[in-house]
This record gives sequence, structure tokens and C-alpha cells, in this order.
Amino acid sequence: MFRTFAIAAAALVATAAVAAAQPAAAPNDAQIAQIAHIAYTAGSLDIAAAKQALTISHNPTVRAFAEEMVRDHAAVNDQALALVKKLGVTPEDNPTSQALTKAADAKRADYGKLTGKAFDLAYANNEVAYHHTVNTALETTLIPDAKNAELKSLLETGLKLFRMHEQHAEQMVAALKK
Amino acid sequence: MRRLLPTLALVAAALSVGSAAGAAARPAKTWTIVVSQLAFGQSPADAHVGDTIVWVNQDIFLHSATAGDHSFDVAIPVHGSGRLTLNKAGVFAYTCKYHPGMKAQLVVKK
Repeated sequence: MFRTFAIAAAALVATAAVAAAQPAAAPNDAQIAQIAHIAYTAGSLDIAAAKQALTISHNPTVRAFAEEMVRDHAAVNDQALALVKKLGVTPEDNPTSQALTKAADAKRADYGKLTGKAFDLAYANNEVAYHHTVNTALETTLIPDAKNAELKSLLETGLKLFRMHEQHAEQMVAALKK
Repeated sequence: MRRLLPTLALVAAALSVGSAAGAAARPAKTWTIVVSQLAFGQSPADAHVGDTIVWVNQDIFLHSATAGDHSFDVAIPVHGSGRLTLNKAGVFAYTCKYHPGMKAQLVVKK
């Protein structure tokens, strides 16, 4: 189930981001507005998932990871907001952001019915899948498409960070299975 | 005997000063390791027991310097620093416990 979601979401992100990035359809500012919105949304959704984990989970490893997600993604999102403000661009909602939000909302609704180890494992596995999806989109679509150098640099920092999150999430899954 | 006591005290004091002077031949040093772009900067090549390591965090993320053998776990706050006084010689592999891709090694001489 997790793999299917990851692949589906990756396809959604890739397709919509490519559409958003077509120069004829979107001039530079519009492209920045949409890519920034996707990146910000992806971070916000992971913060929402982490806050759910902090409400439900009593596992110290899961809680420490969730606190890290809130902290790191908020820091990146603050930088993204500062950048679009500096560039005078308003983040623009788009089909990719909407698809990501819809998928994540559904996950949170499902996980809200779980408790204990079942929740911990579901959250941990999904954190691996979610970061993998976002990282694939950043690497293959969003970063190559970003024409603004500062936005590209921020996305590259994001990718470096989120790869470590993915690695950390894998360690969390392994620890939970012990 | 009464005359001898002050003499002994003086000799002991001299020995003590001599010993302190010997230790002071290499004063304890403070080494800075910059943490930036989710990576630890270069480790000092000549760190000794008694020296201090200061990790300076230039990132917007909380980091740590956490030894693989659990001998130290130093918090490195955002735009702040973390300090460790070296009290054991050896080779210490360490990571950031939050960002496992951040890896480094500290060599501490006697």
C-alpha cells in the first residue's frame, strides 16, 4: 500500500510540476510561485503528519523523529517564505499541491484510527515513502525546472535534508521492528 | 626537625611548580569545527586530551555531535555552538543524531 501511494504521488508530482514548469504556459515568476507552493505544501503536510504523531504516539523514538520533522520542515518553509517575499512572488496553488494535500489528508484520516505500535509503524513507513516521493520529485523535476538560482539552491538544501530524513525514517522503521 | 619542615615544604613547592610548568608546556587549546550545509567541517589534526572542541552551527537546523560509542552527545543549537572538553584519547566516529548522513571522526591524542 505504501509503495503504491509513493509511486502514485511521485507520478502526480512529476506530471503536474512539468506542466507547471512549461515556459510557454508559465513565465518565470509563475513558475517560482508554483514550485515554491509545492515545496511549502510538501513541508507543511509533513509537519501535519508529525503533529498527529505527537498527539497519538507514546514511543520516544517516534516522538523524537516527529519533533525533528516539525523543527526542520518549519525552518525550510520559513526560508521559502522569506525567499518568495524577497522575490515579490505570491505562492500559487496548483494541481500538484492539491494532489499532495488530498493524499496526505486521506493518510492522516486513516492513521487517526490507529493507536500504539500499529500507528507507529504506519507513520514510520509512510515517512520513508513520503520523503522518498518528495525527494524523487525534487531531484527529477522541481530542481531541474527551477530557473531562479536562489530557489534552486533552497530546493537543493531541502533535498539534502530530506534525504537524511528518509534515512532517519528507515532507521526508525528498523528500530520499531526489533 | 623543626628546621627541616620549612625546607621540605619549599622543596615540595618547587617540585609542584616544576610539575605545573611541565604540564603548561602545551596549554590546552580550543578547536572550532564549523557545521554548515548539513556537514561537519574538518576535524583538528592535533587535538589532545584537555583540549576543547567547539562546534559552530551555521545551519538553520538543530544538530548534534553524537559519538558512536556514546562517549559524548553534544547539542549544537541553531546559529549557536556546542562544546566538548576532551577527556579521553582515542578515535571517535560521530554523527548528528538527527541527520544520520552527517558523519565525522575525531582523533584525540594523549
